[in-house]
Amino acid sequence: MNIKKEKNLRRAFFFIALSTLSVLAIITLFIFFEGIPLINKVGVFKFLFGMKWAPSQGLYGIFPMIIGTLSVTLGAALIGVPVALCVSIFLTEFAPKQIRMFMRSTIQLLAGIPSVVYGFWGLTFIVPFIRDYLGGPGLSILAGSLILAIMILPTIISISEVSLLALPGLYKQGSLALGATHWQTIWRVLIPAAKSGIMAAIILGIGRAIGETMAVIMVLGNAVALPNSILDPARTLTTNIGIEMGYASGDHQQALFATGIVLLVMIMILNSAAQYIVRKK
Amino acid sequence: MESVLKISNLNLFYNNVQALYNIDMDIKMNHVTAFIGPSGCGKSTLLRCLNRMNDLIENCRIEGSIQLDGAEIYDKNQDVVSLRTRVGMVFQKPNPFPKTIYENVAYGLRCQGINDKKILDEVVEKSLRKAALWEEVKDRLGQNALRLSGGQQQRLCIARAIAMEPEVILMDEPTSALDPIATAKIEELIQDLKAEYTIVIVTHSMQQAARISDETAFFLMGELIEMNTTKKLFQLPNDKRTEDYITGRFG
Repeated sequence: MNIKKEKNLRRAFFFIALSTLSVLAIITLFIFFEGIPLINKVGVFKFLFGMKWAPSQGLYGIFPMIIGTLSVTLGAALIGVPVALCVSIFLTEFAPKQIRMFMRSTIQLLAGIPSVVYGFWGLTFIVPFIRDYLGGPGLSILAGSLILAIMILPTIISISEVSLLALPGLYKQGSLALGATHWQTIWRVLIPAAKSGIMAAIILGIGRAIGETMAVIMVLGNAVALPNSILDPARTLTTNIGIEMGYASGDHQQALFATGIVLLVMIMILNSAAQYIVRKK
Repeated sequence: MESVLKISNLNLFYNNVQALYNIDMDIKMNHVTAFIGPSGCGKSTLLRCLNRMNDLIENCRIEGSIQLDGAEIYDKNQDVVSLRTRVGMVFQKPNPFPKTIYENVAYGLRCQGINDKKILDEVVEKSLRKAALWEEVKDRLGQNALRLSGGQQQRLCIARAIAMEPEVILMDEPTSALDPIATAKIEELIQDLKAEYTIVIVTHSMQQAARISDETAFFLMGELIEMNTTKKLFQLPNDKRTEDYITGRFG
């Protein structure tokens, strides 16, 4: 009797675990079913590299948005990664215990702020600042990059902090015992030893930046054109879906799903790269 | 016989708990000095005073004096980095860096700003030879050091310390993580090294102390009970507690 009960219980847990997987499968399948026909109709090349997005004329080229996504993400990484790495090194190597505890929980809070609040803050603060001091409309790639840089900080900081903390203390002692300074120890031993974890942190942070929608809609200007400078507005793949989904139908709606496919593939590549790097170690 | 390190009236506290009491000791040049005693007796703590590794521990307070060649190492003008290039250390668990064999040995020199390939090549070979590892690794210097066996890793760590041409090499139970064959190799190596270096070794094994050291110091609960030539300490100890320990009555 009891054995049977345990067996059933195990089955139930297995089923629940399986259902989360099936959600992923269903969403993926759904997006592909909806999007693939349109990509076929337009042609893969024309869809990915077409310069014009005009649903009312039946033109579905997402190249400006791919460029938009890439440039905003690259900008966020260029600003956010160095800051995040400095913070994680400070936390693991320099901060006194109490400051470390305080900062760690504060950084966690940063991850909890809703993205619409980030967007709102960016719109009222960063956008006017850029418009007044750097020129252009303010709604720009730079504004989006700045907001995203802040938003990816918690991810990169906490994962790289964990990988730095996971290093055996003997590395540090061994290096210091050879007459290396604290900085040399950090730079030549600790960071290289934690490299795979830090790389994974960066990739996951970038993945987060690519997927972010709400905050970006609010500060990016959303113009569908190839940007010429970081002060120009742009549109990303996510914001394209976010803005137009409400009123799209027919081919237009399918084109948004197709945009989703491109996004999904990008994120999948990034996540598998992160997992590969961590496992390779 | 000239002494390299002179420890006088040394007291050490963790927070406010005293861990070492009034240690007085001379460590003789080109001798192997062994520290023995039961766990927690303070022998490793004392060893780590000699290259100021205890500086890493918060709330560790040291009183008294340690002189290296007559200069106070706890003087506030003492450069810790240069001290550690003169007093090298080998740890209990082999701890090569996750770098190539070559880069492990070259590490200390690179940190001193020496990047001349000719000098580095020379020092790497010389140090690996002295550590009796050259023949085993000369064809794979570019391989990751973590792929060596435990005994090889420990000899690599010794080579890494030797590369700095220190005066003193501190060894903190260097064979406790190794098998008997690797242990024998390291012990043999220590015998060879004392011609050029002064060696201080902490060991759990009294047999090891008896085999390889010239002088032995016996510690108990933070006190130096007795220090003498190894032969004398094991054959005719002055103190009853030393005798009890070496005859296996406790510890």
